[in-house]
Amino acid sequence: MAEIRINQVAKQFGDTHALHSIDLTIADQEFLVLLGASGCGKTTLLRIVAGLETASAGEVWIGDRRVDHLAPKDRGIAMVFQNYAVFPHLTVFENIAFGLRMAKLPQSEVEKRVNRTASLMHIENLLKRYSGQLSGGQRQRVAVARALATEPEVLLMDEPLSNLDALLRMEMRAELKTVLAESKTTTIYVTHDQVEAMSMADRIAVMNKGHIVQAASAVDVYRNPAAHFVGSFIGNPPMNFLDAKPLGDGWWDVAGTRVKGPVGGQYPALQLGIRPEDIVVHDAPSSAHPDSLSATVRVLEPLGSHLLASCKVDNQMLRVVLDSNASAKPGDQLHWSPVPDRIRWFDPATELALP
Amino acid sequence: MYSRNLPYLLLLPATLFLCIFFLYPFVLVAWQAFVSDTGEFTSEYFMEMATHWKFNTALTNTFMLALAVVPFQIALALYMATLVNGMKRGRDLILYVWTIPLGISDLAAGIIWLAIFEQTGFLNSMLQGLGVIEQPVGFLGYQSKGTIFLAIVLAEIWRATAIVLVILVAGMGLIPKEYYEAAEVFGASRWKQFTRITLPMLKPSLQTAMILRVILAFEVFAVVVALGGTNLPILMGEIYTWQYDLRDSSVAAAYALVVLAISIAFTLLIMWGLRTPKGARV
Amino acid sequence: MSTAAKMATGNVTGKSAWHKYVFTGAVILLCLWVLVPIYLLLVNTFSSPEDVSGFPKSFIPNIDTGSVEFFLNYAGVGQALWSSIKVATVTMILSIMAGAPAGYALSRFEFRGKETFRVLVLMTRAFPLPLLALPLAVMYLRIGLDDTVLGLALVHTMLALPFAVLITFSLFSGIPVELEEAAWTLGCNRFQAFVKVILPLVLPGITASAIFAFVISWNEVFAAAVLTIENRTLPAFLLQGLGNAPLHLKFAGGAVLVLPALLFIFLVRKYLFSMWGIANR
Repeated sequence: MAEIRINQVAKQFGDTHALHSIDLTIADQEFLVLLGASGCGKTTLLRIVAGLETASAGEVWIGDRRVDHLAPKDRGIAMVFQNYAVFPHLTVFENIAFGLRMAKLPQSEVEKRVNRTASLMHIENLLKRYSGQLSGGQRQRVAVARALATEPEVLLMDEPLSNLDALLRMEMRAELKTVLAESKTTTIYVTHDQVEAMSMADRIAVMNKGHIVQAASAVDVYRNPAAHFVGSFIGNPPMNFLDAKPLGDGWWDVAGTRVKGPVGGQYPALQLGIRPEDIVVHDAPSSAHPDSLSATVRVLEPLGSHLLASCKVDNQMLRVVLDSNASAKPGDQLHWSPVPDRIRWFDPATELALP
Repeated sequence: MYSRNLPYLLLLPATLFLCIFFLYPFVLVAWQAFVSDTGEFTSEYFMEMATHWKFNTALTNTFMLALAVVPFQIALALYMATLVNGMKRGRDLILYVWTIPLGISDLAAGIIWLAIFEQTGFLNSMLQGLGVIEQPVGFLGYQSKGTIFLAIVLAEIWRATAIVLVILVAGMGLIPKEYYEAAEVFGASRWKQFTRITLPMLKPSLQTAMILRVILAFEVFAVVVALGGTNLPILMGEIYTWQYDLRDSSVAAAYALVVLAISIAFTLLIMWGLRTPKGARV
Repeated sequence: MSTAAKMATGNVTGKSAWHKYVFTGAVILLCLWVLVPIYLLLVNTFSSPEDVSGFPKSFIPNIDTGSVEFFLNYAGVGQALWSSIKVATVTMILSIMAGAPAGYALSRFEFRGKETFRVLVLMTRAFPLPLLALPLAVMYLRIGLDDTVLGLALVHTMLALPFAVLITFSLFSGIPVELEEAAWTLGCNRFQAFVKVILPLVLPGITASAIFAFVISWNEVFAAAVLTIENRTLPAFLLQGLGNAPLHLKFAGGAVLVLPALLFIFLVRKYLFSMWGIANR
């Protein structure tokens, strides 16, 4: 049971900055997901918390202990690795017991805990096997059981599901979520898969180029992206961005149409952000929608639950989610307007959302 | 979290070893060859070596042996490697048999071929049995330098092709199969695939194998002694004679520097000849 | 031949059948090329001394241990065998003790000077190493290591060390670093993680590399002949006797030299390739 505090942690590899002064606090029992593309620094940050990597600067606190100078074994953590790292020369039982034996627990206690975590992960019948006799999913379960058996204050998971096939991943996602909620450990979970992040996290920290761009709940990250990057990284298809020029008095020119926006003359230009499903399509330009925009349909992708239309608006890309039996054809003119309260405005100079 | 000195600590024993038993002795051997007992620079030992009546013969013989052995070995090993790669069953067994000579020393190889070539040996027995000859022939006598040379070449090819084979098979294992499939799609013949894919992709391995073999070829010693005694002087044999029988380590050192110079020259030559541009590696 | 197999052969065109014969023929021929000389040595070894120097020779041994007994009772042979074993054992231990830590460091750390060290190790390949015996003979005289087991073993270690470094490097590189890291997070310090996780996994490979070092020392003749007088190893002993020793002594000696090497190569065959595959890069 512990809170994790990361204070101004930075990491340099030679001249490259992998992490720029990260500040992040993870509450006791919280499930935090570090989400980002490969190379964004998320794994480095996790490994710094684990003690597998040394930060160039900054502090890491677990509970009321400063741990950044401690060896991994002294930090009260457990970790699940992307390739599971199940010891091939030990049985499943001995794998799960490994941490307990290192802690010199009595044999009876070791057996009790191994059996409990094994049944929690549904691998009771595999205890005598070796890693080579297990499937990927089973190895994954062993790795989680091994981490949980030590009853760590903090559980660190590095892309634990990315080596599983899609169906198994979905199943494990739900299962892990239940198990971890019960275990009440503070968890940091690294992934590049936004669906995984959104489905499991209490809070998502979106990372880009060594910065945490936004740390908020899944809904918040999706609805109110704090930066251009978050909007374009999260959501499939991503958020649309259209250039806007000021007309004064809170009115903005977007592709030749007036749109109501933020008041204030300090921005020479803005970007309007709108999610593809937050777009209303009209049958034809009519007096009812004097401020509708027009777009030319380029490509249509029937995706089952909906029809995805990729369009051009004034030479900018716009993706629109249409009803799956919409009758659009490539070349058609689409008349549309954004749902007003779903519009987000971004400053192209800073790439940040307007407050 | 761990001491930054740990890797250096781990490398320390090996590095010390390499310095004391590899770098330092090479400085020492140059010192021995160039500095006289009184501590002055001298070319006296080199003169003594170069004017000795056996020097030119030894140098020529060593070069001739290397020239006769190495190219044939590389070609044979390439052929063996392609045979092994084309094999479906029994690959491991054949590979084991073919690499057996790897464990056999040059001395043992010399003795093995001595059993074949000596006067009462198996070659004479066979030739007589076939009625080709009536009396056993002295293949290895001091008058038959040609057959001594041939016996040494055979023994060397027999013994040391295995190491080339191992390096080439390992190298071929690194070439992705897809390249051959792609070549097949374009209609390349087996031979074209060999010359256009295998050989160029194998360059680093060929380089390693050739450097190793050329250097070993200039080090040839016990095979020659076993089969030819002193009838066919070679450089390493001369070094041994000067060092051990004539007790003149300065001239031996001069010889050693000659072998060293040849080895380095050939290493550089092979590295240059078989260089692979950066970024063109597998 | 089964029906299916018959049909398969029936379908083969003349040209590819011919190819197949050439292929099989070449493989068999090359096997004979390797095996027959060894067989002939063994024929000589297991023939009586009279038969060995007799003529013409039978290609089938009459299984007589006379030559072997003569060899084993010959003055100096027992001592030479014992020296060989001692030198090879010390070589084996030294080369692993110096080589394995270096291999581990190369596989696990990024540090300044790593490339220099690698070049130094690879450079040893471009040098005729037995020549080292010459300056070392002089040095040994000065420090009292001349004609000793340790002195020769040190030179042999120099021969075996590059291989030990490269083989152990490839062994350690083959073990995911995450296994070690997992052990650290589960309560091990670096040393414990190595002993509990890495060591059990690399032990067979380390053994192979040790055996390889043993064979290198067991077979080495030039440095042994230059550096020892009383403590001659078997190859050095045989080399000295080449000029005047009776034939059956040479052949029995050759066989004693070859047989352990054959066994060793059989034991390490799995690792022969990994060490060259990696070392190429």
